[in-house]
Amino acid sequence: MSEVIVVTSGKGGVGKSTTTANLGVGLAMRGKKVVLIDTDTGLRNLDLLLGLENRIMYDLVDVIDGRVEIKKALVRHKKYENLQLLPTSQVKDKSAVNPADLMALCDELRKEYDYVIIDCPAGIEQGFQTAIAGADTAIVVTMPEVSAVRDADKIIGELGRSEKDNIKLIINRIRPAMVDSGEMMDMDDINDILAIKCIGQVPDDIKVVTSANRGEPVVGDSDSQAGKAYENIVGRLLGEDIPFMEFEKEGFFKRLKKAFKF
Amino acid sequence: MLDSIKRMFSSEKSGKVAKKRLQMVLIQDRASVSPEVMEKLRDDIIQVISKYMVIDKADMEISLENVDDSVALVANIPVQNMRHHR
Repeated sequence: MSEVIVVTSGKGGVGKSTTTANLGVGLAMRGKKVVLIDTDTGLRNLDLLLGLENRIMYDLVDVIDGRVEIKKALVRHKKYENLQLLPTSQVKDKSAVNPADLMALCDELRKEYDYVIIDCPAGIEQGFQTAIAGADTAIVVTMPEVSAVRDADKIIGELGRSEKDNIKLIINRIRPAMVDSGEMMDMDDINDILAIKCIGQVPDDIKVVTSANRGEPVVGDSDSQAGKAYENIVGRLLGEDIPFMEFEKEGFFKRLKKAFKF
Repeated sequence: MLDSIKRMFSSEKSGKVAKKRLQMVLIQDRASVSPEVMEKLRDDIIQVISKYMVIDKADMEISLENVDDSVALVANIPVQNMRHHR
């Protein structure tokens, strides 16, 4: 039983590629056979987040155009051998792949992999329509900001029109201190607005940036709140019943500690 | 001036303001219908009503309007005469 998941958001910059990379590594750590497909043609980035930018020989467009076999284009992850990346072209544009092409590719990959995860480009144009075509499940990534939530709603509407009804939500870059002081929407607020099953809330965490700097997704890092949050999401995707975590707050003592640097 | 004083004393936090504003704007977003669909709806309504009444097609108006926190389909259709069925 394999599953094709598209990670989408509408708005750019909310963390689609970061989410894709973390779910991919997280599922691979759990022993699943995973392939990640970057469909943001022209704006390739998933390779960089996974630390695989120097290993790319061929790309998605080469495979679609029949220049190379899929097996040759897949890039194996350095640490997790059961994780593969199909990078996209950095020179072509989003019209180079159409929905039928990607659907056929997904069906081919289903035979060998437990999970096919598609990183969708921002926007609701053809690139989006292509990315969602072959998916069983859509994960919508949003942030607790008005523009990101509005765009998520638009995307949910578009998914519905394309008869993609299995939709899950991830709320990224939550700032617990702001939520506490009432200056940021929390998960319940966003659930009320979007009415989509939420499978994860990820706190804003500098470790996400530092791990991206090194090309090592944060999901394995037990010191990181975001890493823990991604681990929980992976568990929920695997059907485990994991309660939502309480975020650690920068309490008085932690601030005091920081001030005196001990 | 008055606005800034109001804001200083208002106890409403920006998180709640964001939620309220989103709920309002999404009602509009979700109800937005393309002009082509509105045109089709208009033609269908004319067809149905014309079975019973003679209406002034040129002066009729159909639109989606936001009323408080819901959306209404508002139609203003001038009736010129009734069709009498046996």
